[in-house]
Amino acid sequence: MSSGIRRRRSLVVVALIVAAIGSVVVGLSLGAVRIPPGEILSILWGKLTGATASGAHDAVLWHLRAPRVVLGLMVGAGLSVAGALMQGLFRNPLADPSLIGVSSGAALGAVFAIVLGGALLPTLPFLHHAGFLPVAAFAGALGVTLFIQRLASTSGYTAVATLLLAGVAVNALVGAVIGFATFLATDAQLRTLSFWTLGSLGAADWAIVGIALPFCLGLVALAPFFAGALNALSLGEAEAAHLGYAVERIKGLIIFLTAAGVGVCVAYTGIIGFVGLVVPHLVRLMIGPDHRWLIPGSALLGASLLVLADTAARVIVAPAEMPIGILTAAFGAPFFLGMLLRQRRKALWS
Amino acid sequence: MIEARQLSFRVRDRELVRSLNLRVRPGEFTAILGPNGAGKSTLLKLLCGQLKPTTGTIFFAGKPLAEWNVRDLAKYRAVLPQQSAVPFDFTALEVVLLGRSPYGDAGSQEALAREALRMTDSEHLADRVVTTLSGGELQRVQFARVLLQIGWKPVSDGRCLMLDEPISNLDPAHQHGALQVARTMARCGVTVLVVIHDLNLAAQYADHVILMKQGAIVAEGAPAEVMTAERIGEVFSVCARITANPLCEAPAVFVELPPR
Repeated sequence: MSSGIRRRRSLVVVALIVAAIGSVVVGLSLGAVRIPPGEILSILWGKLTGATASGAHDAVLWHLRAPRVVLGLMVGAGLSVAGALMQGLFRNPLADPSLIGVSSGAALGAVFAIVLGGALLPTLPFLHHAGFLPVAAFAGALGVTLFIQRLASTSGYTAVATLLLAGVAVNALVGAVIGFATFLATDAQLRTLSFWTLGSLGAADWAIVGIALPFCLGLVALAPFFAGALNALSLGEAEAAHLGYAVERIKGLIIFLTAAGVGVCVAYTGIIGFVGLVVPHLVRLMIGPDHRWLIPGSALLGASLLVLADTAARVIVAPAEMPIGILTAAFGAPFFLGMLLRQRRKALWS
Repeated sequence: MIEARQLSFRVRDRELVRSLNLRVRPGEFTAILGPNGAGKSTLLKLLCGQLKPTTGTIFFAGKPLAEWNVRDLAKYRAVLPQQSAVPFDFTALEVVLLGRSPYGDAGSQEALAREALRMTDSEHLADRVVTTLSGGELQRVQFARVLLQIGWKPVSDGRCLMLDEPISNLDPAHQHGALQVARTMARCGVTVLVVIHDLNLAAQYADHVILMKQGAIVAEGAPAEVMTAERIGEVFSVCARITANPLCEAPAVFVELPPR
């Protein structure tokens, strides 16, 4: 750990903070109408000082773009940190919430919430509460994580092939449920369903940001406390226990935390795949696998990339909008294949 | 000091360790010997708490193992399990520094970590990425990590080092190097318990050997007392002959398969 690597890490983190700020400016500025950065500042300043500005772009910026950019930052950071945590937990860089079925589990929970909610709402008024949807998604994510963890781990060691295959099965099951819904759906409902399978930040408003904020912030703020344990877990579960970590309790907390983060992300933005896979991997290439740096680095890079991807999704086919999951999968799937080949060479499969 | 009373471990119908009593003393190098499937690794896993015994109790420094706080335990006791791959590209130095996890001072112990690497003749590996190391190199780096975990300076506080086949991938020079370090630790008052396959190395370095077969202790004591031709022949199903090691005061064991 020469001073060279320390300086490099600090530089990368500073660069990532600058990139995050830059992506916010780009995300606020670009879209169907272009708002120059100077005007963004004056509108935001007006909001802060309480002045009732009446610029033409005031409503677009404050009610459409700003909540969307903030949601993008939170979901990008949340999914990336969840990916980094899961990879550390399962001791494999291929674990990703969307690949191993956790995102699908959350989507399943959300779809059930909507269907059951529709049927039960008249009789159970408490379901009107805005928190029901993310809680159901959280339950789905938690259920799948616990299930695959039980399935894939035997005596302190996780079988990667089983992990990915369990993900295939869960994804297929969720695909079937959503496919069935598609079969029954009207044309108008079809568009809403593509939201679940391909993801979109289009639903963003300040109310959603308000609900998602504590979950995503909680995940990103609490994850660094597990950095030391995750480093030790890289050596193996027995090794981590011998280094003084209460491994079972830590595993339970990490599973709970990632499920909560992924659950709320999926509840409001659908399944945005591969973010949790690609982002931590890129950060590892830049500053190494130490989780004390990997987690904050992933949060920053994930936030920037998702805001930029969402901006691209809005701009490429403007005035229409492309589902963001198409973009992340287009970049993420080849990336995944590359990592798969690299792992096979290293013979980490067993 | 590790003590086990009436220790048994059963998986379904198979009894891997049978009502076994044992005491591992501080300041001694204790070696566990036995054929494949004798229960050596299972016994080590029981004694370090990785497996829960079916019956019986294990005491570490006079206190039941289950009552120890895991972090306190990690400051007194380092365990090196059999080798497992590291999935991420940590450098060897970073892996060794993980040995300071129980103290939370990894950031300031780089010099000590390099010294630990030097003790296993791996200082030149410090900045190498562990996923590119050979099996033997990784084993030496992991050994340096457990050394850093409990320290190697002579202090009298009941520290313990437990190693499961620590030399399985090493060449002869590094095998002797690692065992010498372990013996030096024992001379400093550390309780050293090692599962090992090589009878001659055990005879050369151990103060006390425990010979196991089918989950039970067949014999234990000083190497020269335990390692008789009849006993080795019976336990390992071989024809054995014992002579004096020409290089040191220890029995030397030669074996061949019995005639059919």
